[in-house]
Amino acid sequence: MNGESIHDNRTAHLLLQFIENNSFIYIEMEDLILLTINLVIIIPLLAAALVPFLHKKNSKIHIGWFIFLIPLTLFILLLRYIPRIANGETLAYTVEWIPTYHINFTAYLDGLSLIFALLITGIGALVTIYSIYYLSSKENLIHFYTYLLLFMGAMLGVVFSDNMMVLYVFWELTSISSFLLIAFWYHRKQSRDGAQKSLLITVTGGIAMLVGFIMLYYMSGTMSVRGVISAVLSFQENPLFIPAMCLILLGAFTKSAQFPFHIWLPTAMEAPTPVSAYLHSATMVKAGIYLVARFTPVFGGEDTWFWLVTSVGLITLFWGSFTAVRQTDLKALLAYSTVSQLGMIMSMFGISSLALNSGFRAESVLFSQAAFAALFHLVNHSTFKGALFMVVGIVDHELGTRDIRRLGGLATLMPITFTIAIVGAFSMAGLPPFNGFLSKEMFFTAVLNAGNAGLSSAIPVVAWVASIFTFVYSMIFVFKTFLGTYKEEKLEHPAHEAPYGMLFSPIVLGSLVVLIFIFPNGLGENLLSPALAGIFPSLAAGENLGVHIALWHGFNTELMMTIGVVLGGILLYMTIRYWKNIYRLFPEHWSFNTLYGNILEQLEVVSRKITDFYMTGYLRDYMVYIYLFFILAVGGMVVFTQSYELEIAENAPISEFEWVVAIVMIIAALSILFAKSRLSAILLNSVLGYGVAIFFVLFRAPDLALTQTVVETVTTVLFLVAYYFLPEWKKEDTRSRSDKVNLAVSIGVGVIFTIIALAVQNGKLFSSISSYFENSYELAGGKNIVNTILSDFRAFDTMLEVVVLLIAGIGVYTLIKVKARKGDTTLEDE
Amino acid sequence: METLLTILTGILVAVATYLILSRNVQKVVLGTAILSHAAHLLIMTMGKGLKSGSVPILGEGPAYVDPLPQALILTSIVISFAVTALLLVIAYRTFQETGTDNLYEWRDINDE
Repeated sequence: MNGESIHDNRTAHLLLQFIENNSFIYIEMEDLILLTINLVIIIPLLAAALVPFLHKKNSKIHIGWFIFLIPLTLFILLLRYIPRIANGETLAYTVEWIPTYHINFTAYLDGLSLIFALLITGIGALVTIYSIYYLSSKENLIHFYTYLLLFMGAMLGVVFSDNMMVLYVFWELTSISSFLLIAFWYHRKQSRDGAQKSLLITVTGGIAMLVGFIMLYYMSGTMSVRGVISAVLSFQENPLFIPAMCLILLGAFTKSAQFPFHIWLPTAMEAPTPVSAYLHSATMVKAGIYLVARFTPVFGGEDTWFWLVTSVGLITLFWGSFTAVRQTDLKALLAYSTVSQLGMIMSMFGISSLALNSGFRAESVLFSQAAFAALFHLVNHSTFKGALFMVVGIVDHELGTRDIRRLGGLATLMPITFTIAIVGAFSMAGLPPFNGFLSKEMFFTAVLNAGNAGLSSAIPVVAWVASIFTFVYSMIFVFKTFLGTYKEEKLEHPAHEAPYGMLFSPIVLGSLVVLIFIFPNGLGENLLSPALAGIFPSLAAGENLGVHIALWHGFNTELMMTIGVVLGGILLYMTIRYWKNIYRLFPEHWSFNTLYGNILEQLEVVSRKITDFYMTGYLRDYMVYIYLFFILAVGGMVVFTQSYELEIAENAPISEFEWVVAIVMIIAALSILFAKSRLSAILLNSVLGYGVAIFFVLFRAPDLALTQTVVETVTTVLFLVAYYFLPEWKKEDTRSRSDKVNLAVSIGVGVIFTIIALAVQNGKLFSSISSYFENSYELAGGKNIVNTILSDFRAFDTMLEVVVLLIAGIGVYTLIKVKARKGDTTLEDE
Repeated sequence: METLLTILTGILVAVATYLILSRNVQKVVLGTAILSHAAHLLIMTMGKGLKSGSVPILGEGPAYVDPLPQALILTSIVISFAVTALLLVIAYRTFQETGTDNLYEWRDINDE
């Protein structure tokens, strides 16, 4: 922790210099070295953009060879950091992105991110070699490698980003590139379905995580993960703390295929095998694990965190291993096995969080060992699971099937593949002399510690039972595939050993499985211990964490448990045909996949129903919605504020003549409703119009009276012309239910309109500005005030009103004159 | 006077609403015409003192009625006339093309 180098503020300045001089000369060498962490993220993304160009010029060489150089270079580049990281140094480098919102592209390199980055680039390089032999050049390789590089860059971004928003951006980019890769063979329906499912589930979790990040930002005031960790004590009591935790965990659980969000992983096996090996066993599914590890210092002190992470991890561990046994497809078996192993890693991180829990201070060092075991198993899992997927890919590629029921007796025909399969599967089962043995022992230590701490004795029991199932499916994987009788008639191609190029990557991974078993401390001291320091910054005594690492063997309960696992596993494996019926208790249509499918289907059905319910397509219905809103919102406001009042004292007196006109108009208006013929309705409408004109006369408005009379006459003529062309009114059923609604709505609208109008009249707050217009002669040279307003004071209105009239005229003309020719309608239909 | 006119306006609005909710396009157009009558009367009523002055032409008296609402209504009359005319022609053309003036039947016409 001594050599932390942060160069936040100088970055913008340096970039500016770079742009101005277009040269690296002005950037100091130290900055250049630091910048490489950012470059590690950027290089694969840039390369992804260049892949299409690469292809056209070098069509003779498989383009995978060019791609291979990128992860290899990055891997070597990152290896060089190991000594510095092992010394406890961390590196950070910032490039400003949106400084206003504290969003900066900060790359932070510590032990934890280095482990993940080495896995991503190392296995990335191996997977690339494997894919060169796996995918023929007839496939769309440009797409494949573009997506793969996009994924690689995004994944490196996830593990290196210190800024939560940037982390989220890369997080979603991994979801998207994974979506693209799963649907690589997009002409197959299962591929598309699998891609859709994985996208829906991981993006849902991703959005939840984004909300959690925003809550963290709100509480802590910083976007930086390191900033949040150092400020955590100041906002631990905030009511948003637990919601933020749950939302971030939701993101982690969906990404890492934890129960019950694990369903996307088995269907994602429709992807090409190199993708399954890379994304869905070694890297992307561990993004959630990374997130949990990264945020342990923030949330680890809470009981909720421990219980959520541990219990979900254990349930996933058990359910994954239990379900894996029933699979007949090798890839599906490995998918459930991945789910199970991820659950195991997750539960170990859950247990390790007790180290930060105030209730368990005394044993904190003990519990922190669980995180060490988790990281150790994470590396181990990546090695053996990558190898196993590649083995399945070889079997599938060479024999044309990966169905266990059609395979068998391949051991002598494919000896190298068989050896790798044994190494991988035995490591997965937790047997010596493979690295899985070590991490399984440490896992047992962790769960025993948790059990001894008086939390729950169920924890070690579940872990132990799940390990037995793990043993069983590992044995199924090896022995059903490679031993037994060889069934050539069921295979598409006769069995033979794969080409060495294809075997290279699994051999490397298999050797690593053995090498890590022999030299676990090399990995432990150089990578895992510094990572532990990152997870538990508050446990300052780094040496304390280191002491326990050497203790990796001895006769103890853990060994007894392993022996028990082996014995129990052998027993179960031998008797599998007798107890396999237990799976019939969980029929296919009870699965979470069916639940997911039903939810998706019901969502569509229900939303369609809702839309169909209110989007009827009838003008009348939409008008009713609008009027109802008017009645409820405006009328409700009037009632709520009690603003209705009636004041008639200041009213102008009403003469008899005015009474007559008003009553005639009321009668005319009401009789329109009962008019049998439309001629009488049109004439009654003109009675209203002329009534309005008479009122204009009475209210000293000669211009209005004139216009109203003329317009009313023309309108009546227009209606009469339309009367000539349009059909007679059909009688509407006035007793129907919708008609009563119409009546109620109309009365409601009229009443509320009247109430508001009356209320407004009594609320004259200030005098009119109209006295200004009485200067019309001095200002505009006219004596008719209304006309000067229209043509001088407010002439703009008049101009646009003329435009309205013009447009209406053009509209009328075109509607009548221009008609679609016969050819036009058919053109539109196409 | 103002109260009487306001109640008259409210009745006009109710009648117009009822017509607009009907299923015959001619009635809907008629409803909009009546609605604009109501609006014009309302603007008039809302002005300063309905009869407390003379015609707004200079030299007619010491005090004038509010000229501003009159100018507004004049503009509005012309616009509502234009809209009514356009609506009528649209109704006429649609009837020509579809053979019905019933809005419920228009809904079922597949014009896509």
